[in-house]
Amino acid sequence: MNKIAVIDYGMGNLHSVAKAIEHVGRESGEKLEVIVTADAKKIAAADRVIFPGVGAIRDCMAEILRLDVDQIVEDAMKAKPVLAICVGMQALMRHSEENGGVDCLGFLDGDVRYFGDALTGANGERLKVPHMGWNQVKQIKPHPLWKDVPDNSRFYFVHSYYVQTEKREMVTGISNYGTDIVATVAADNIFATQFHPEKSQTAGLTLLSNFLRWDGSA
Amino acid sequence: MTLAKRIIPCLDCENGRVVKGVKFLDIRDAGDPVEVAKRYCDAGADEITFLDITASHEGRETTVHTVEAIASQVFIPLTVGGGIRTLEDIRAMLNAGADKVAINTAAVVNPDFVREAAQRFGSQCIVVAVDAKQVSREGEALKWEIFTHGGRNQTGIDAIEWVKRMVEYGAGEILLTSMDRDGTKIGFDLALNRAVSRAVLVPVIASGGVGNLQHLVDGVLEGEADAVLAASIFHFQEYSIQEAKQFMAAQGIEVRS
Repeated sequence: MNKIAVIDYGMGNLHSVAKAIEHVGRESGEKLEVIVTADAKKIAAADRVIFPGVGAIRDCMAEILRLDVDQIVEDAMKAKPVLAICVGMQALMRHSEENGGVDCLGFLDGDVRYFGDALTGANGERLKVPHMGWNQVKQIKPHPLWKDVPDNSRFYFVHSYYVQTEKREMVTGISNYGTDIVATVAADNIFATQFHPEKSQTAGLTLLSNFLRWDGSA
Repeated sequence: MTLAKRIIPCLDCENGRVVKGVKFLDIRDAGDPVEVAKRYCDAGADEITFLDITASHEGRETTVHTVEAIASQVFIPLTVGGGIRTLEDIRAMLNAGADKVAINTAAVVNPDFVREAAQRFGSQCIVVAVDAKQVSREGEALKWEIFTHGGRNQTGIDAIEWVKRMVEYGAGEILLTSMDRDGTKIGFDLALNRAVSRAVLVPVIASGGVGNLQHLVDGVLEGEADAVLAASIFHFQEYSIQEAKQFMAAQGIEVRS
Protein backbone atom coordinates (compact mmCIF):
# COMPACT_ATOMS: atom_id res chain seq x y z
CA MET A 1 0.00 0.00 0.00
CA ASN A 2 1.24 3.44 -1.03
CA LYS A 3 1.06 5.67 2.05
CA ILE A 4 0.92 9.41 1.44
CA ALA A 5 1.24 11.86 4.31
CA VAL A 6 0.02 15.42 3.82
CA ILE A 7 1.72 17.54 6.47
CA ASP A 8 -0.91 19.45 8.41
CA TYR A 9 0.43 22.42 10.32
CA GLY A 10 -2.88 24.17 10.57
CA MET A 11 -2.46 26.50 7.62
CA GLY A 12 -5.30 26.51 5.18
CA ASN A 13 -6.96 24.06 2.96
CA LEU A 14 -5.30 20.66 2.87
CA HIS A 15 -8.45 18.85 1.91
CA SER A 16 -8.14 19.76 -1.75
CA VAL A 17 -4.78 18.08 -2.07
CA ALA A 18 -5.85 15.00 -0.09
CA LYS A 19 -8.98 14.67 -2.23
CA ALA A 20 -7.03 15.04 -5.45
CA ILE A 21 -4.57 12.32 -4.38
CA GLU A 22 -7.44 10.01 -3.43
CA HIS A 23 -9.06 10.67 -6.80
CA VAL A 24 -5.86 9.85 -8.67
CA GLY A 25 -5.59 6.62 -6.67
CA ARG A 26 -9.18 5.64 -7.49
CA GLU A 27 -8.67 6.36 -11.19
CA SER A 28 -5.54 4.21 -11.38
CA GLY A 29 -6.98 1.45 -9.19
CA GLU A 30 -3.95 1.71 -6.92
CA LYS A 31 -4.46 1.12 -3.21
CA LEU A 32 -3.57 4.31 -1.38
CA GLU A 33 -3.72 5.61 2.11
CA VAL A 34 -3.77 9.37 2.44
CA ILE A 35 -3.28 10.82 5.90
CA VAL A 36 -3.42 14.48 6.84
CA THR A 37 -1.25 14.83 9.93
CA ALA A 38 1.50 16.65 11.81
CA ASP A 39 2.51 13.50 13.69
CA ALA A 40 6.23 12.94 13.08
CA LYS A 41 5.94 9.16 13.54
CA LYS A 42 3.13 8.80 11.03
CA ILE A 43 4.97 10.97 8.53
CA ALA A 44 8.14 8.93 9.04
CA ALA A 45 6.12 5.78 8.26
CA ALA A 46 4.70 7.20 5.01
CA ASP A 47 6.10 6.33 1.58
CA ARG A 48 5.67 9.83 0.25
CA VAL A 49 5.17 13.23 1.81
CA ILE A 50 3.32 16.32 0.62
CA PHE A 51 4.27 19.68 2.12
CA PRO A 52 1.49 22.12 1.24
CA GLY A 53 0.96 25.69 2.34
CA VAL A 54 -1.35 28.61 1.79
CA GLY A 55 -1.66 32.00 3.40
CA ALA A 56 1.00 34.29 4.74
CA ILE A 57 4.57 33.03 5.14
CA ARG A 58 5.09 34.49 8.61
CA ASP A 59 2.15 32.52 10.02
CA CYS A 60 3.19 29.41 8.10
CA MET A 61 6.79 29.59 9.36
CA ALA A 62 5.63 30.20 12.93
CA GLU A 63 3.50 27.05 12.86
CA ILE A 64 6.19 25.04 11.06
CA LEU A 65 8.68 25.87 13.81
CA ARG A 66 6.18 25.50 16.65
CA LEU A 67 5.17 21.99 15.51
CA ASP A 68 8.74 20.93 14.57
CA VAL A 69 7.58 20.51 11.00
CA ASP A 70 11.03 21.79 9.91
CA GLN A 71 12.63 18.65 11.36
CA ILE A 72 9.90 16.46 9.86
CA VAL A 73 10.42 17.91 6.39
CA GLU A 74 14.20 17.69 6.68
CA ASP A 75 13.99 14.02 7.68
CA ALA A 76 11.49 13.26 4.93
CA MET A 77 13.68 14.95 2.31
CA LYS A 78 16.54 12.61 3.19
CA ALA A 79 14.48 9.48 2.93
CA LYS A 80 11.56 9.63 0.50
CA PRO A 81 9.88 11.55 -2.31
CA VAL A 82 8.54 14.92 -1.14
CA LEU A 83 6.23 17.25 -3.05
CA ALA A 84 6.04 20.84 -1.80
CA ILE A 85 3.22 23.06 -3.03
CA CYS A 86 2.90 26.88 -3.20
CA VAL A 87 3.85 28.39 0.18
CA GLY A 88 5.28 24.92 0.99
CA MET A 89 7.78 25.51 -1.81
CA GLN A 90 8.49 29.05 -0.66
CA ALA A 91 9.08 27.86 2.92
CA LEU A 92 11.95 25.65 1.67
CA MET A 93 13.89 28.71 0.48
CA ARG A 94 16.24 30.90 2.52
CA HIS A 95 14.20 34.05 2.94
CA SER A 96 10.95 35.70 1.89
CA GLU A 97 10.19 39.40 1.42
CA GLU A 98 6.64 38.83 2.64
CA ASN A 99 5.47 40.30 5.98
CA GLY A 100 8.44 42.65 6.12
CA GLY A 101 10.95 39.82 5.71
CA VAL A 102 10.79 36.28 7.09
CA ASP A 103 13.57 33.71 7.41
CA CYS A 104 12.50 30.43 5.86
CA LEU A 105 13.88 26.90 6.20
CA GLY A 106 16.90 27.36 3.91
CA PHE A 107 16.76 23.79 2.60
CA LEU A 108 16.99 25.10 -0.97
CA ASP A 109 19.06 27.97 -2.37
CA GLY A 110 16.52 30.58 -3.31
CA ASP A 111 14.72 33.67 -2.08
CA VAL A 112 11.10 34.73 -2.29
CA ARG A 113 10.34 38.12 -3.85
CA TYR A 114 7.25 40.31 -4.19
CA PHE A 115 5.81 40.90 -7.65
CA GLY A 116 5.51 44.61 -6.87
CA ASP A 117 2.58 46.99 -7.13
CA ALA A 118 3.51 48.27 -10.59
CA LEU A 119 3.82 45.02 -12.51
CA THR A 120 3.32 45.28 -16.27
CA GLY A 121 2.97 42.73 -19.07
CA ALA A 122 4.71 42.42 -22.43
CA ASN A 123 2.51 45.12 -24.01
CA GLY A 124 2.79 47.50 -21.08
CA GLU A 125 -0.56 46.46 -19.64
CA ARG A 126 -0.99 46.59 -15.88
CA LEU A 127 -0.92 43.16 -14.21
CA LYS A 128 -2.94 42.35 -11.13
CA VAL A 129 -1.41 40.93 -7.98
CA PRO A 130 -1.90 38.19 -6.84
CA HIS A 131 -0.98 36.27 -9.97
CA MET A 132 -4.22 34.31 -9.98
CA GLY A 133 -5.40 31.84 -12.57
CA TRP A 134 -4.11 29.54 -15.28
CA ASN A 135 -0.66 30.20 -16.67
CA GLN A 136 1.61 28.15 -18.88
CA VAL A 137 4.59 26.27 -17.53
CA LYS A 138 7.57 25.63 -19.74
CA GLN A 139 9.42 22.47 -18.83
CA ILE A 140 13.04 23.52 -19.01
CA LYS A 141 14.48 20.32 -17.58
CA PRO A 142 13.25 16.73 -17.90
CA HIS A 143 11.92 15.12 -14.76
CA PRO A 144 9.85 11.99 -13.96
CA LEU A 145 7.03 14.24 -12.70
CA TRP A 146 6.63 15.74 -16.18
CA LYS A 147 5.77 12.35 -17.70
CA ASP A 148 2.68 12.70 -19.95
CA VAL A 149 2.33 16.39 -19.05
CA PRO A 150 2.47 18.36 -22.34
CA ASP A 151 5.04 21.16 -22.38
CA ASN A 152 3.49 24.61 -21.83
CA SER A 153 0.45 23.12 -20.09
CA ARG A 154 -1.52 25.59 -18.02
CA PHE A 155 -1.58 25.21 -14.23
CA TYR A 156 -3.52 27.13 -11.59
CA PHE A 157 -1.47 29.73 -9.71
CA VAL A 158 -2.41 32.00 -6.84
CA HIS A 159 0.47 33.92 -5.26
CA SER A 160 1.88 37.41 -4.77
CA TYR A 161 5.46 36.29 -4.09
CA TYR A 162 7.69 34.13 -6.27
CA VAL A 163 10.93 32.20 -5.95
CA GLN A 164 14.20 33.45 -7.40
CA THR A 165 17.27 31.27 -7.38
CA GLU A 166 20.84 31.55 -8.58
CA LYS A 167 20.92 27.75 -8.76
CA ARG A 168 19.51 27.38 -12.26
CA GLU A 169 20.18 23.64 -12.35
CA MET A 170 17.40 23.03 -9.84
CA VAL A 171 14.73 24.82 -11.91
CA THR A 172 12.60 22.32 -13.86
CA GLY A 173 9.77 24.62 -14.97
CA ILE A 174 9.26 28.34 -15.51
CA SER A 175 6.33 30.62 -16.12
CA ASN A 176 6.07 34.33 -16.80
CA TYR A 177 4.03 37.05 -15.17
CA GLY A 178 5.63 40.40 -15.86
CA THR A 179 8.88 38.62 -15.13
CA ASP A 180 10.13 35.05 -15.45
CA ILE A 181 9.11 33.09 -12.40
CA VAL A 182 10.22 29.74 -11.08
CA ALA A 183 7.23 27.43 -11.45
CA THR A 184 8.87 24.21 -10.28
CA VAL A 185 12.16 23.13 -8.76
CA ALA A 186 13.65 19.70 -8.16
CA ALA A 187 16.56 18.70 -5.96
CA ASP A 188 17.28 15.06 -5.19
CA ASN A 189 14.03 13.55 -3.96
CA ILE A 190 12.14 16.79 -3.59
CA PHE A 191 9.92 18.38 -6.23
CA ALA A 192 8.24 21.70 -5.54
CA THR A 193 5.57 23.62 -7.42
CA GLN A 194 4.48 27.25 -7.13
CA PHE A 195 1.16 26.33 -8.75
CA HIS A 196 -1.52 24.08 -7.28
CA PRO A 197 -1.48 20.69 -9.05
CA GLU A 198 -4.54 19.65 -7.04
CA LYS A 199 -6.50 22.48 -8.70
CA SER A 200 -5.03 22.16 -12.18
CA GLN A 201 -7.37 19.56 -13.61
CA THR A 202 -5.80 17.07 -16.05
CA ALA A 203 -2.25 18.46 -16.08
CA GLY A 204 -2.19 18.71 -12.30
CA LEU A 205 -3.68 15.29 -11.69
CA THR A 206 -1.15 13.76 -14.09
CA LEU A 207 1.67 15.38 -12.13
CA LEU A 208 0.22 14.04 -8.86
CA SER A 209 -0.15 10.60 -10.41
CA ASN A 210 3.52 10.72 -11.44
CA PHE A 211 4.45 11.70 -7.89
CA LEU A 212 2.66 8.61 -6.54
CA ARG A 213 4.96 6.45 -8.68
CA TRP A 214 8.14 8.48 -8.33
CA ASP A 215 10.99 6.78 -6.50
CA GLY A 216 12.77 10.05 -5.78
CA SER A 217 15.48 9.76 -8.39
CA ALA A 218 15.88 12.29 -11.17
CA MET B 1 3.47 32.42 -21.39
CA THR B 2 0.55 34.62 -20.44
CA LEU B 3 -2.05 34.35 -17.74
CA ALA B 4 -5.41 33.33 -19.19
CA LYS B 5 -8.63 35.26 -18.59
CA ARG B 6 -10.96 32.98 -16.68
CA ILE B 7 -14.49 31.85 -17.51
CA ILE B 8 -16.46 30.98 -14.40
CA PRO B 9 -19.89 29.35 -14.56
CA CYS B 10 -21.98 30.12 -11.52
CA LEU B 11 -24.37 27.67 -9.85
CA ASP B 12 -27.12 29.19 -7.73
CA CYS B 13 -28.26 26.52 -5.30
CA GLU B 14 -31.05 26.17 -2.82
CA ASN B 15 -31.30 23.22 -0.43
CA GLY B 16 -28.65 21.38 -2.39
CA ARG B 17 -30.28 21.82 -5.80
CA VAL B 18 -29.31 24.08 -8.67
CA VAL B 19 -32.01 26.69 -9.18
CA LYS B 20 -32.47 29.18 -12.03
CA GLY B 21 -32.62 26.05 -14.14
CA VAL B 22 -30.01 24.11 -16.01
CA LYS B 23 -30.59 22.30 -19.25
CA PHE B 24 -28.07 19.72 -20.28
CA LEU B 25 -29.12 17.07 -22.73
CA ASP B 26 -26.77 14.40 -21.51
CA ILE B 27 -27.16 14.83 -17.79
CA ARG B 28 -29.26 12.59 -15.59
CA ASP B 29 -30.40 15.21 -13.17
CA ALA B 30 -30.06 18.82 -14.23
CA GLY B 31 -30.68 20.02 -10.68
CA ASP B 32 -27.81 18.10 -9.11
CA PRO B 33 -25.00 20.61 -8.47
CA VAL B 34 -22.36 17.88 -8.39
CA GLU B 35 -23.27 16.68 -11.87
CA VAL B 36 -23.52 20.21 -13.18
CA ALA B 37 -20.16 21.23 -11.67
CA LYS B 38 -18.46 18.14 -13.03
CA ARG B 39 -19.96 18.76 -16.43
CA TYR B 40 -18.63 22.33 -16.51
CA CYS B 41 -15.23 21.22 -15.28
CA ASP B 42 -14.98 18.59 -18.03
CA ALA B 43 -16.08 21.22 -20.55
CA GLY B 44 -13.12 23.43 -19.65
CA ALA B 45 -14.48 25.88 -17.07
CA ASP B 46 -11.58 27.61 -15.30
CA GLU B 47 -13.28 27.77 -11.92
CA ILE B 48 -16.70 27.06 -10.44
CA THR B 49 -18.63 29.45 -8.25
CA PHE B 50 -21.33 27.96 -6.06
CA LEU B 51 -23.76 30.47 -4.61
CA ASP B 52 -25.96 29.16 -1.84
CA ILE B 53 -29.27 30.96 -1.54
CA THR B 54 -30.63 28.59 1.11
CA ALA B 55 -32.16 30.35 4.07
CA SER B 56 -32.67 27.61 6.66
CA HIS B 57 -30.07 26.22 9.03
CA GLU B 58 -30.77 22.61 7.99
CA GLY B 59 -30.27 23.66 4.41
CA ARG B 60 -26.79 24.92 5.27
CA GLU B 61 -25.80 21.43 6.39
CA THR B 62 -26.87 20.18 2.98
CA THR B 63 -24.67 22.81 1.39
CA VAL B 64 -21.60 21.57 3.24
CA HIS B 65 -22.24 18.05 1.95
CA THR B 66 -22.80 19.34 -1.57
CA VAL B 67 -19.52 21.27 -1.48
CA GLU B 68 -17.79 18.13 -0.20
CA ALA B 69 -19.21 16.08 -3.06
CA ILE B 70 -18.24 18.66 -5.68
CA ALA B 71 -14.73 19.03 -4.26
CA SER B 72 -14.07 15.31 -4.42
CA GLN B 73 -14.81 15.25 -8.15
CA VAL B 74 -13.88 18.67 -9.46
CA PHE B 75 -10.20 19.58 -9.54
CA ILE B 76 -10.38 23.22 -10.47
CA PRO B 77 -10.85 26.07 -7.98
CA LEU B 78 -14.20 26.19 -6.25
CA THR B 79 -15.61 29.35 -4.68
CA VAL B 80 -18.54 29.10 -2.29
CA GLY B 81 -20.69 32.09 -1.42
CA GLY B 82 -23.99 32.87 0.22
CA GLY B 83 -24.55 33.13 3.94
CA ILE B 84 -20.88 33.27 4.92
CA ARG B 85 -21.07 35.23 8.17
CA THR B 86 -18.56 33.81 10.65
CA LEU B 87 -15.03 32.43 10.73
CA GLU B 88 -16.67 29.09 11.53
CA ASP B 89 -18.70 29.29 8.29
CA ILE B 90 -15.48 29.85 6.38
CA ARG B 91 -13.69 27.01 8.12
CA ALA B 92 -16.61 24.66 7.41
CA MET B 93 -16.55 25.49 3.70
CA LEU B 94 -12.76 25.23 3.38
CA ASN B 95 -12.81 21.93 5.24
CA ALA B 96 -15.52 20.72 2.88
CA GLY B 97 -13.13 21.43 0.02
CA ALA B 98 -13.90 24.97 -1.11
CA ASP B 99 -10.82 26.92 -2.20
CA LYS B 100 -12.31 30.36 -1.70
CA VAL B 101 -15.33 31.85 0.00
CA ALA B 102 -17.27 34.87 -1.20
CA ILE B 103 -18.34 37.28 1.53
CA ASN B 104 -21.06 39.79 0.76
CA THR B 105 -23.57 41.08 3.33
CA ALA B 106 -21.41 40.11 6.33
CA ALA B 107 -18.66 42.41 5.05
CA VAL B 108 -21.06 45.35 4.92
CA VAL B 109 -22.44 44.58 8.38
CA ASN B 110 -18.96 44.22 9.84
CA PRO B 111 -16.04 45.18 7.57
CA ASP B 112 -13.54 43.89 10.13
CA PHE B 113 -14.85 40.40 9.43
CA VAL B 114 -12.96 40.53 6.11
CA ARG B 115 -9.77 41.55 7.89
CA GLU B 116 -10.13 38.74 10.43
CA ALA B 117 -10.96 36.21 7.71
CA ALA B 118 -7.96 37.21 5.58
CA GLN B 119 -5.64 37.08 8.59
CA ARG B 120 -6.91 33.69 9.65
CA PHE B 121 -7.22 31.93 6.29
CA GLY B 122 -5.14 34.03 3.91
CA SER B 123 -6.19 36.58 1.31
CA GLN B 124 -6.02 33.94 -1.44
CA CYS B 125 -9.27 32.42 -0.23
CA ILE B 126 -11.21 35.58 0.60
CA VAL B 127 -13.35 36.92 -2.22
CA VAL B 128 -15.47 39.95 -1.45
CA ALA B 129 -18.70 39.88 -3.45
CA VAL B 130 -20.03 43.33 -4.21
CA ASP B 131 -23.52 44.11 -5.49
CA ALA B 132 -23.41 47.58 -6.99
CA LYS B 133 -26.06 49.79 -8.53
CA GLN B 134 -25.70 53.07 -10.36
CA VAL B 135 -26.98 55.98 -8.27
CA SER B 136 -25.89 58.91 -10.42
CA ARG B 137 -28.48 60.45 -12.68
CA GLU B 138 -28.05 61.14 -16.35
CA GLY B 139 -25.60 63.94 -16.94
CA GLU B 140 -23.94 63.48 -13.53
CA ALA B 141 -20.54 61.86 -13.02
CA LEU B 142 -20.99 58.09 -12.78
CA LYS B 143 -21.42 56.83 -9.24
CA TRP B 144 -22.36 53.44 -7.86
CA GLU B 145 -23.40 52.31 -4.42
CA ILE B 146 -23.31 49.00 -2.60
CA PHE B 147 -26.58 47.17 -2.06
CA THR B 148 -27.24 44.13 0.11
CA HIS B 149 -29.99 41.52 0.35
CA GLY B 150 -30.08 40.90 -3.37
CA GLY B 151 -30.25 44.57 -4.27
CA ARG B 152 -33.07 45.56 -1.91
CA ASN B 153 -31.08 47.40 0.74
CA GLN B 154 -29.22 50.53 -0.22
CA THR B 155 -26.24 51.10 2.05
CA GLY B 156 -25.08 54.58 1.02
CA ILE B 157 -21.56 53.20 0.56
CA ASP B 158 -19.72 54.26 -2.57
CA ALA B 159 -18.72 51.19 -4.58
CA ILE B 160 -15.24 52.38 -5.53
CA GLU B 161 -14.37 53.43 -1.97
CA TRP B 162 -15.74 50.12 -0.75
CA VAL B 163 -13.64 47.85 -2.96
CA LYS B 164 -10.50 49.82 -2.11
CA ARG B 165 -11.25 49.35 1.58
CA MET B 166 -12.00 45.65 1.18
CA VAL B 167 -8.70 45.05 -0.61
CA GLU B 168 -6.87 47.02 2.07
CA TYR B 169 -8.53 44.71 4.61
CA GLY B 170 -7.22 41.66 2.78
CA ALA B 171 -9.70 40.65 0.08
CA GLY B 172 -7.79 38.64 -2.53
CA GLU B 173 -10.34 39.05 -5.28
CA ILE B 174 -13.51 41.05 -6.02
CA LEU B 175 -16.64 39.45 -7.44
CA LEU B 176 -18.49 42.44 -8.85
CA THR B 177 -22.17 42.14 -9.78
CA SER B 178 -24.09 44.96 -11.38
CA MET B 179 -27.58 44.92 -9.90
CA ASP B 180 -28.73 47.03 -12.83
CA ARG B 181 -27.65 44.37 -15.29
CA ASP B 182 -28.19 41.12 -13.38
CA GLY B 183 -30.69 39.00 -15.30
CA THR B 184 -31.08 41.50 -18.16
CA LYS B 185 -28.84 39.76 -20.72
CA ILE B 186 -27.78 43.15 -22.13
CA GLY B 187 -24.15 42.85 -21.06
CA PHE B 188 -21.97 43.82 -18.08
CA ASP B 189 -21.90 47.35 -16.71
CA LEU B 190 -18.56 48.02 -18.36
CA ALA B 191 -18.00 51.46 -16.84
CA LEU B 192 -18.56 50.05 -13.36
CA ASN B 193 -16.29 47.11 -13.95
CA ARG B 194 -13.53 49.26 -15.42
CA ALA B 195 -13.71 51.72 -12.54
CA VAL B 196 -13.47 48.93 -9.97
CA SER B 197 -10.75 47.05 -11.83
CA ARG B 198 -8.62 50.21 -12.03
CA ALA B 199 -9.20 51.04 -8.38
CA VAL B 200 -7.68 47.84 -6.98
CA LEU B 201 -4.59 45.71 -7.47
CA VAL B 202 -6.41 42.36 -7.07
CA PRO B 203 -8.31 40.50 -9.81
CA VAL B 204 -11.91 41.49 -10.52
CA ILE B 205 -14.58 39.05 -11.71
CA ALA B 206 -17.30 40.70 -13.81
CA SER B 207 -20.82 39.47 -13.18
CA GLY B 208 -24.37 40.35 -14.12
CA GLY B 209 -25.94 40.79 -17.53
CA VAL B 210 -24.26 38.32 -19.87
CA GLY B 211 -26.53 37.44 -22.78
CA ASN B 212 -24.08 36.51 -25.52
CA LEU B 213 -20.42 35.80 -26.15
CA GLN B 214 -19.58 39.33 -27.24
CA HIS B 215 -20.56 40.43 -23.73
CA LEU B 216 -17.80 38.21 -22.31
CA VAL B 217 -15.28 39.76 -24.70
CA ASP B 218 -16.46 43.28 -23.82
CA GLY B 219 -16.14 42.45 -20.12
CA VAL B 220 -12.45 41.68 -20.59
CA LEU B 221 -11.45 44.21 -23.24
CA GLU B 222 -13.57 47.18 -22.16
CA GLY B 223 -14.53 46.28 -18.60
CA GLU B 224 -10.91 45.24 -17.87
CA ALA B 225 -12.15 42.17 -16.01
CA ASP B 226 -9.71 39.43 -15.06
CA ALA B 227 -12.45 36.83 -15.13
CA VAL B 228 -16.03 36.68 -16.37
CA LEU B 229 -18.86 34.95 -14.56
CA ALA B 230 -22.08 33.79 -16.17
CA ALA B 231 -24.92 31.48 -15.32
CA SER B 232 -27.83 31.26 -17.70
CA ILE B 233 -26.04 31.36 -21.06
CA PHE B 234 -24.20 28.21 -20.03
CA HIS B 235 -27.01 26.54 -18.09
CA PHE B 236 -29.39 26.56 -21.02
CA GLN B 237 -26.71 25.50 -23.47
CA GLU B 238 -27.10 28.65 -25.46
CA TYR B 239 -23.33 28.52 -25.62
CA SER B 240 -20.78 25.99 -24.42
CA ILE B 241 -17.70 26.94 -22.44
CA GLN B 242 -15.55 25.94 -25.41
CA GLU B 243 -17.53 28.16 -27.78
CA ALA B 244 -17.04 31.02 -25.36
CA LYS B 245 -13.30 30.39 -25.22
CA GLN B 246 -12.95 30.11 -28.99
CA PHE B 247 -14.91 33.31 -29.44
CA MET B 248 -12.73 35.14 -26.93
CA ALA B 249 -9.51 33.72 -28.37
CA ALA B 250 -10.54 34.86 -31.87
CA GLN B 251 -10.65 38.41 -30.52
CA GLY B 252 -7.18 38.17 -29.10
CA ILE B 253 -8.01 37.24 -25.52
CA GLU B 254 -5.72 34.70 -23.87
CA VAL B 255 -7.77 31.72 -22.67
CA ARG B 256 -7.02 28.21 -21.44
CA SER B 257 -7.89 25.82 -24.28
